[in-house]
Amino acid sequence: MEAIRLIAALDPALFEIIFLSLQVSGTALLFSTVIGIPLGVVMGLSRFIGRKLVIALLYTGMGFPPVVVGLFVYLMLSRSGPLGQLNSALIPALFTPAAMVVAQTIISFPLVAGFTMAAVMGVDPGLRQQVQALGATRRQTAAAILSEARVGVVVSIIAGFGSIISEVGAVMMVGGNIEHSTRVLTTAIVLETRKGNWDLAIAIGVVLLGISFLTNVAMLRLQGRTFDQ
Amino acid sequence: MSDSVYRVQNVSKEYEGRRVLQVDHLKIERGEVLALVGPSGAGKSTLLRLLNFLEPPTTGRIRFLDAEFGAGQPMPLSHRRRVTTVFQRPILLNRSVQANVGYGLNLRGRRDTRGAIVDAALEQVSLQHLARQRARTLSGGEAQRVALARAIVLRPDVLLLDEPTANLDPYNVGLIEEIVTRLNREQGTTLVLVTHNVFQAKRLADRVALMLEGQIVELAGAEAFFESPQDPRTGAFVRGEMVY
Repeated sequence: MEAIRLIAALDPALFEIIFLSLQVSGTALLFSTVIGIPLGVVMGLSRFIGRKLVIALLYTGMGFPPVVVGLFVYLMLSRSGPLGQLNSALIPALFTPAAMVVAQTIISFPLVAGFTMAAVMGVDPGLRQQVQALGATRRQTAAAILSEARVGVVVSIIAGFGSIISEVGAVMMVGGNIEHSTRVLTTAIVLETRKGNWDLAIAIGVVLLGISFLTNVAMLRLQGRTFDQ
Repeated sequence: MSDSVYRVQNVSKEYEGRRVLQVDHLKIERGEVLALVGPSGAGKSTLLRLLNFLEPPTTGRIRFLDAEFGAGQPMPLSHRRRVTTVFQRPILLNRSVQANVGYGLNLRGRRDTRGAIVDAALEQVSLQHLARQRARTLSGGEAQRVALARAIVLRPDVLLLDEPTANLDPYNVGLIEEIVTRLNREQGTTLVLVTHNVFQAKRLADRVALMLEGQIVELAGAEAFFESPQDPRTGAFVRGEMVY
């Protein structure tokens, strides 16, 4: 009951965490989509030497444990790491939301790319030739195939979002769970559980499930609309 | 002066080292109906893909109007868009019938992809009542007529037909034959038709070519081809005696 009261009370601290979670995972998903969909299309449509190796790497990336990604990003961005040493404004510092975005992008883009590739490869191979016969350029052909694969592409985005909104390992390592700075829903659940604040932990868990559910419903509605077109 | 649309010279096509097509010389005249007949695997569809510039030949050149097409020499887009194909198995986009018919116009940057021109094409194939229906819900015959509509709406100089009536019922066969014949007579569209059906070739074609094992065995005016074939294999094919 206390959990419900906390949510109903619109607790500002809770909303700060929710907002940051959506901001970090939303930004990471945007980057993953921008990188993953074109990569998936290229992998699905092109044939080149080393393609199998790239696919193997992509599939490996789809199963990356977030904590390993966190460790990798931590080592890269730490002051003594190869990127941290550069001291560039373009390289995000550890324990910032930007570092969390980097880690979550690495976790989710292989999923977006992998599922997009599978969706593109699932489109009837004859379509390509028929679209070209109607006068499509290479880019227009790729766009037509991507459009036909749109149901699978939406699934790829759902999978990418699901993988990051619920992960805790990477954001904990590179974000540090700092209050008012890098605390997100998953790291807050870990913290509150350790402190014995079960009600708050459950409240945050309910919010996380709710966000995940609403996002998936929205995506499925979108998917449904594409079916109807 | 000859009014050739295509001049095919010493063209071959190989897949993984296996030669599937060897055409030493073929001219296709503007406004004619050329039928390519022959058994499966004779290279008819391969030749059609080359004529639509979908694949380059392994060797040789295809001259189309004032441009040349060959290995490492793509056909300019403006020329490529003057030719289109209706395939045996039409694959329509998962959109409305109207959107499918307007698709080629859309590719060309035309904005009137849902307007009168699309409606007119649908009317030609007697499918105007299905304009808003999803293309994936159509029967085989209706889908093929949509495929024909999306081709003729582009008003191509050359329409390539790759067994467009195979597996269709007599009503749809008759309708499609009537439409392409009208297109040829009224708009002067050059037609190249691949068919197994010698009767269809006889009904539609000005000239007929028999293809066997990737080569043109005999090419003649329709009457001569059917009435007095020069090559014994043509006679056997026409009489339905060729075993393949």
